[in-house]
Amino acid sequence: MIELEDVAYNYGGGELLSEVSLSLSPGSFHFLTGPSGAGKTTLLKLCYGALVPTSGQLRLFGQDRREMARDDIATVRRRVGVVHQDCQFLDHLSVEDNIALPLSVSGRDLLAEGANLKELIGWVGLRERAKARPPELSGGERQRAALARAVIMSPDVILADEPTGNVDWEMSQRLLRLLIELNLMGKTILIATHDLALIRAAKAHVQARVLRIAARRLQLAGADL
Amino acid sequence: MKLDIRALGDLLIGDVQADRVVPPTGFTAWLTLFSAGAMAFLAVFALALSLATGRLAERWGDELARTATVRISAPEAQMAAQTTAALRVLETTTGVARARALDDAEQAALLEPWFGPDLPLDQLPIPRLIEVIETGDGFDAEGLRLRLQAEVPGAVLDDHTRWRAPLVQAADRLRLLGWLSLLLIGGATAAMITLAANAALAANAQVIQVLRLVGARDSYIARAFVRRFTLRALGGAAIGTALACLAILALPSTDAVAGGFLTGLGFQGWHRLWPPVVPLLAAVVAFAATRTAAHKTLEEMP
Repeated sequence: MIELEDVAYNYGGGELLSEVSLSLSPGSFHFLTGPSGAGKTTLLKLCYGALVPTSGQLRLFGQDRREMARDDIATVRRRVGVVHQDCQFLDHLSVEDNIALPLSVSGRDLLAEGANLKELIGWVGLRERAKARPPELSGGERQRAALARAVIMSPDVILADEPTGNVDWEMSQRLLRLLIELNLMGKTILIATHDLALIRAAKAHVQARVLRIAARRLQLAGADL
Repeated sequence: MKLDIRALGDLLIGDVQADRVVPPTGFTAWLTLFSAGAMAFLAVFALALSLATGRLAERWGDELARTATVRISAPEAQMAAQTTAALRVLETTTGVARARALDDAEQAALLEPWFGPDLPLDQLPIPRLIEVIETGDGFDAEGLRLRLQAEVPGAVLDDHTRWRAPLVQAADRLRLLGWLSLLLIGGATAAMITLAANAALAANAQVIQVLRLVGARDSYIARAFVRRFTLRALGGAAIGTALACLAILALPSTDAVAGGFLTGLGFQGWHRLWPPVVPLLAAVVAFAATRTAAHKTLEEMP
């Protein structure tokens, strides 16, 4: 679905990523670790088409990223759910409207999707907070709302950038359970995190591949993970 | 810019969800509303001025083209004989529908604005005036002038050409200036709405980023902004047009004040259909300006 082959990415004259090869196959579960500034977010952005590699080959659902028009990128974004650490909501809309945003922008009938939307909001435990505005939510609630928004289109791939960065241990376990549930439903998951405890907790439930970015290169993490 | 019929259709039908993705408030809303209103107000006046000068040019052209004056300047003793002779010449001139000498009261009325009401006409050497009304085909002014010169030495024909042409030309120029003003107003409206749209797009960069993240196409994002600005411009221009029409209606009528040009600015006949067109034109200008600005900005955004 998402394939990187010898990808390098330069920014501002410096090389952020080099010789990165990665293939996200259907139903796989990946963790991406590495120190802050190692390039985890950059790699995720490459995976959802926000960046174009400086060199190498990046294929998103069979299409070469360099040959994709803006509308093609938009189509890819409907197949890839993204959860950011800072969530990125439209603060003037309710939580429910924010979660439904991918449906709106893709022209889906919100009335027809109403039941699914309610079920999803219940699944992430935000039924009581559906009418609240995003700034009124706690960190954990925002992350769950972001996850709900990421999966409402039933995407093939879910990319999460430090999804547990701003929440306590209990909430991070809850979010992890949701992501594992999605993986068991056949979704491909890639989580960028430096929370090793989270990775260990996940490996108790799913077959997860742990990757590490070090010195601009992507490698398999050691056996301790 | 090519007018996209489908985009216009989307604009009219609207999309409640798309409308809501752009935050509703901000100074750009007021800037668009105010500039569209002010420009529509000015546009209605420019339009009224243009149409009024057009009417004036036509009236002056029509009225003056069908009339002429023969002035008899002769000693008192010969005045009546020369007047009769001139009338006889005029009656037999092809293209003259009728001719008649103005009486003392009519001549006094003509001079009254300059000399007051108690002018002793009988004591002054005032020339006699003959009013000449032409037929549709008109007469040969040069031929008539030669005949009068031969048969009535004191007669001078004035067919008004000398002062009619500059007046009609001035009115035509004024009408042209009116239309030019309308074009400038349209251009200024487009520039201001483009600025407002660019400011709104820049201020909502994060909204655009979120929309793109969830799979919105640029056409969807542009549509949300374009519809918002078009409707604001339509609303502002409708208010401006209504106020301008009220202001024009409040001008003194021609019955109350003499000198009909300034007081004849109102819309007449089918010209009354023009004011409702102004808000629609403002909306079209806003649509085109915002659409261009939105697509350009979105293209430049990473």
